[in-house]
Amino acid sequence: MTTLSRSLRYAESEVIAYRRTWRGTVITSFVNPILFLAAMGAGLGSLVDDGTGNLAIPYLVFVASGLMAATAMQNGAGDGSFPVMAGVLWRKNFHGTITTPLGPEDIIWGRLIWGLARLTFVLGVFAVIAVLFGAMDLAPALLAIPPSVLTGIAFTACITAWTLTQEDGRSLSTLFRFLIVPLFLFSGTFFPISQLPGFLEPVAYVTPLFHGVEAVRKIALPGVDETIVTSLPLWVHIVYLVVMAAVGVYLSIRILDRRIRP
Amino acid sequence: MTQPLVEARDLTKKFGDFVAVDSIDFEIHKGESFGFLGPNGAGKTSTMKMITTVSPITDGHLRVFGIDPTVDGRSIRQRIGVVPQEDNLDLELTVAENLYIYGRYHDMTRPEIEPKIDELLEFAQLAERRDSKVEPLSGGMKRRLIIARALINEPDLIILDEPTTGLDPQARHLLWDRLYRLKREGATLIITTHYMDEAEQLCDRLVVMDNGKIVAGGSPRQLISEYAPREVVELRFQDGQKDEAVLKMEGVANRSEVLADRVLLYTDDADETQRTMHERGIQPEQVLVRRSTLEDVFLRLTGRGLID
Repeated sequence: MTTLSRSLRYAESEVIAYRRTWRGTVITSFVNPILFLAAMGAGLGSLVDDGTGNLAIPYLVFVASGLMAATAMQNGAGDGSFPVMAGVLWRKNFHGTITTPLGPEDIIWGRLIWGLARLTFVLGVFAVIAVLFGAMDLAPALLAIPPSVLTGIAFTACITAWTLTQEDGRSLSTLFRFLIVPLFLFSGTFFPISQLPGFLEPVAYVTPLFHGVEAVRKIALPGVDETIVTSLPLWVHIVYLVVMAAVGVYLSIRILDRRIRP
Repeated sequence: MTQPLVEARDLTKKFGDFVAVDSIDFEIHKGESFGFLGPNGAGKTSTMKMITTVSPITDGHLRVFGIDPTVDGRSIRQRIGVVPQEDNLDLELTVAENLYIYGRYHDMTRPEIEPKIDELLEFAQLAERRDSKVEPLSGGMKRRLIIARALINEPDLIILDEPTTGLDPQARHLLWDRLYRLKREGATLIITTHYMDEAEQLCDRLVVMDNGKIVAGGSPRQLISEYAPREVVELRFQDGQKDEAVLKMEGVANRSEVLADRVLLYTDDADETQRTMHERGIQPEQVLVRRSTLEDVFLRLTGRGLID
């Protein structure tokens, strides 16, 4: 078997498990975008657009594109945290898996393959809902899917590596509270980062969701001006996310190997 | 002589400064049921993990099926079945699905796996639970499912790490019965245990481990005859009378062990020993005569009980 076929075998076990749990997650993937687009886009947006807002596009369009990247981050982070802790500590199924021909690298790659499929589905649903809301046209909505998926996978990879260094699950909720939520709020999802206090703006430039949001907007909304996006070229964001994903995968495999093959 | 399935020379495992397995030698042959007996922390599990290639060896020589685990662990894992000490079933899957995914991990196709699942669930007496979730199964059922899972790839070598720890006596006997059947069918088993009755029941040959070293080896019968006289007289005394009695025991038996709660007298003739005791006026509260077991062997070899 090649690494790919072994990873697919692992992903297959996730698919089988998902057949049992999909109902709950599907509802979240449909309901969350509706709630966010209704509250932030339509509700808050009507205030923003009526006021002195200097955005070149309707707020609903602005926020929908940002939310796609942010949703990818949340799903990606979720995938890299609790299920990984379960595999390595709570249920220990990773420990069993490596007594078969599969190794730690196959588990990590298999999880990413599965994560990729799930992110594509979740973001596809988001895109369709955004179109139905009138927040995006069909073509930009579809174009926004690949950079969003990349954002999600970069988070899955890095958070998997971090989770594997943790001794128990308590730190996982801390991660969401102190990293994911601030990133969600301050990475340009709801307002351009040029609105941040001067000293915080450079901070935003190094954070990952910022690059995800920028990549989505530059791809899905070509030609938008600097009231919406920064002047950084698109490739910077893509390279940032690809490097983040690659480093995350490399570290995940290494740390998982050390942890379960002592 | 045919090549051993597992061959270890000077096999060593260190974690930092701690030596978990200290330069041990052993050979395990096809069709044999081989045991590692020892208390917790003796190095049994570390040894199993090296054999199953999930823990790299620190030093020495190890071959499984003639293959070096550091070079090609995957080929070894393709041919073994592992029953770990801790349950690690996938709780999100059903009983049958747990077997199915391990079949897939072993590169089997669905048509190959399906009949195997039926056969193994029958063997594990779990056929009625085929589509139930794993969570509500009893401890014994979970263990049997793990054993079934370890057999999905028709392994040439089955490795069981403390297979019955934590089970009630009835569940243990059921499990032993299944393992005994495997043994009768010619399977090669490696079993670690800290239960001497388990080792006596299941192992053709075993080694006793203590502090990372092998301190003795042989068949259960050989070990008992070599290290322990035939019979044991176990004495319990009323509070405070033990020490006084021990002083009078010189020479009543081949050997004695004074434990916290009782005194063990090892002897070839229990009747004779009891008569002598009586003559000397030793009056225990309770007397039990039994045959020597591996536990006595262990006590002799290490000065400690198996279950601390």
